[in-house]
Amino acid sequence: MMLGEGLAKGFVETARNFFGSYLSKDRLTTVQFPEERLPQIEATRDFPFLVYDGDDWQAGMRCVGCQICEKECPPKCIYIEKSKDKKPDAVGKQQFYPAVFNIDISVCMSCQICVEVCPFEAIKMDTEFELSTDDRFGGLLWNKARLSKSNEHYRRIHPTDAAASDALLAEEKAKAEAKAKPAAEAMAGSVSSGAVQAGSGASSTR
Amino acid sequence: MLFKIFAVLTVAGAVAAMSFRNLVHAVLALIVSFAGLAAVYLLLGAQFIGLAQILVYVGAVAILIVFAILLTRDSGITSQSTTSSSWRGSIVVVLGVFGVLAWSVGHSAVYQQATSLPQGTSMQEIGNVLMQRFALPLEVIGVLLTVALIGAVTIAIYEKKETR
Amino acid sequence: MGESADQFFVNLLHRLVSHVPAGLGGVVSALASVVAILAVFASLFAITTVLERKGLGRIQNRYGPNRVGPFGLLQPLADGIKSLTKEDVVPHAADMAVHFLAPLLLVIAAFSLYAVLPVGRNMVLANLDAGVLFFFAVSSVMEIAIFMAGWSSRNKYSLLGAMRAIAQMISYEVPLILASVTVVMAAGSLSTVSIVEKQAGYSGILPHWFVFTPWGFAGFVLFMIAAVAESNRSPFDLPEGESEIVAGYYTEYSGFKFALFFLGEYIGLFAISGLGITLFLGGWAAPLSFLTWIPSYVWFFAKLLALIAFFIWVRGTLPRLRMDQLMNFAWKFMLPMALLNLVTTGVWRFLEHGALRWFVCSLLVVIPYVLLSRSLKRGWRLEKRVYRFAE
Repeated sequence: MMLGEGLAKGFVETARNFFGSYLSKDRLTTVQFPEERLPQIEATRDFPFLVYDGDDWQAGMRCVGCQICEKECPPKCIYIEKSKDKKPDAVGKQQFYPAVFNIDISVCMSCQICVEVCPFEAIKMDTEFELSTDDRFGGLLWNKARLSKSNEHYRRIHPTDAAASDALLAEEKAKAEAKAKPAAEAMAGSVSSGAVQAGSGASSTR
Repeated sequence: MLFKIFAVLTVAGAVAAMSFRNLVHAVLALIVSFAGLAAVYLLLGAQFIGLAQILVYVGAVAILIVFAILLTRDSGITSQSTTSSSWRGSIVVVLGVFGVLAWSVGHSAVYQQATSLPQGTSMQEIGNVLMQRFALPLEVIGVLLTVALIGAVTIAIYEKKETR
Repeated sequence: MGESADQFFVNLLHRLVSHVPAGLGGVVSALASVVAILAVFASLFAITTVLERKGLGRIQNRYGPNRVGPFGLLQPLADGIKSLTKEDVVPHAADMAVHFLAPLLLVIAAFSLYAVLPVGRNMVLANLDAGVLFFFAVSSVMEIAIFMAGWSSRNKYSLLGAMRAIAQMISYEVPLILASVTVVMAAGSLSTVSIVEKQAGYSGILPHWFVFTPWGFAGFVLFMIAAVAESNRSPFDLPEGESEIVAGYYTEYSGFKFALFFLGEYIGLFAISGLGITLFLGGWAAPLSFLTWIPSYVWFFAKLLALIAFFIWVRGTLPRLRMDQLMNFAWKFMLPMALLNLVTTGVWRFLEHGALRWFVCSLLVVIPYVLLSRSLKRGWRLEKRVYRFAE
């Protein structure tokens, strides 16, 4: 209507912002960073980590060195060397393990493709981002030891995903046991009952 | 004493304005000489003229010259040789004119009777004189400036229409 | 008590001068006043930089600087140390002498403006008969300094920024001076001290400030808009807009020279606000008649801080104006309003005191404002773009 009306509305809005920033928290949404942090949502992802079950990170590591994530990674930041020998994994089966597993997190772009393609639920995304270092020749090249974190940690940072992952692994384990039981019973039928008792007892406590 | 300093400053600025090759440096030297002249006016107690000198010459005329230089020349702002080929004849003419002017000023009544500096005129007196005794010249100058302004706008509009 | 607090600094100066041999008294008094002006306004500049950043931050839903001192108030110290220790980079092709002199000229011109501002009762450095004219004369020297800065850098952005800045400053000088002329007409003098004294009376508890009259209010609004434009401040900061033209005419300046430009701009802003206070807001006079026991310089600085807060508010609210919008605003809107304001002031002076002159002058101000603004809005149709070479 008159020149200056829009101006007046604008002035009122900024004045409301100015005085409101002292009175209410949603007018002043800044967080004083090093002392306090904004809460992260559950689906936050920053850099990958390798999951291990149990207490020993080397024995319980789920990764079998299949190198699928290395091949699928778009910037090729994963470097894997498979081991020569095998070790028993979480379900008892003998699997390879990675002798060398390096991720260069200065190259990693957090696309999560390695997580999506891993068939063993072995690599997941972490939520830690305060990772600056002053070692410019290797500080951002992480090896197997640095990358391994326990399943408890995974349950803590991504509860729903960890629950889904655990359910999947439990299901596979049940399927493996269901397959193993008839095979064990078939074997028991052909061998003496004493060996079958020991064999089935051993397989049921697994 | 102060007058000597400002007089030297004014003349030095004018000489520099003539002799600098770089046009923008020459304009800045001209500004220095304008400022020196304004200081001389202020020393004489003519506040209005001194301040109007700064406002008009430094604030408007010098900026006009600067705009004219920058809008009409490219980056090669240096001019050719600053002395002309006919400098001997020019010096004779200049000395002649200066001699005539100096003689006429020196033999005028004001110069021979001047003993002390006159009392500076106050703004009230200037205002009164402009509005009463010199009202007609004021209006004529106003009309002249308005005509110049309208003329400039007309020329500019013509050019705009031509390039359309 | 009120009298001695009011004249505290004046008495201090007299006592200082009395300790000095007779011939040098004037020089010492002038020097002491100059030192006082430099100290006071330079510290006001320091405080303003941090308050502006905090104020803008709060308007934009964030904190301002809050790490350096308590509530970040020692930030100017950190800024000063930073600008003093940065390397002074001068481009190879730049014109050394002009490049060096430009910030100096700006700061000298900006500080000279305070000579005619009456900061308190009997507290003016030079009671010139033509004080207002002196102010405008010296502020036009600042434009030369900006041109020097822009041209000597031999940089397209600097030159373009300087040209825009000068065009903007000379366009807005016209409404600025015309608005001041109305005050000069009403007060009958060009001397800032007598303009303040004309506004010093009270009718009841309300003061006689010029801003409380119709023509004074219009003049004050015009003056403030032109003052924001004169000091190249948002929303008129196209010459130095950071997203447009790098930094405009001071692109090539670093370190302390940049700090000097910054200083010169803010000092110019304070000076023009000071002139606005002197002309329209009654200078050092108190707003209500029962508050005159507070010293006069306190009122001057309180008004100055209020105006600075208003400038910060404007900066946080309005988007930047484009060059052609800026020029249109100056020549098509502000100049006619300023001329009509002159007529209104004349009418005000020639009618007698009473309700009639309030009514007539208010109409003379409001009706052209509404008509002009409506017709200008109607006139800004969007034209079909015409290409010169593509067709």
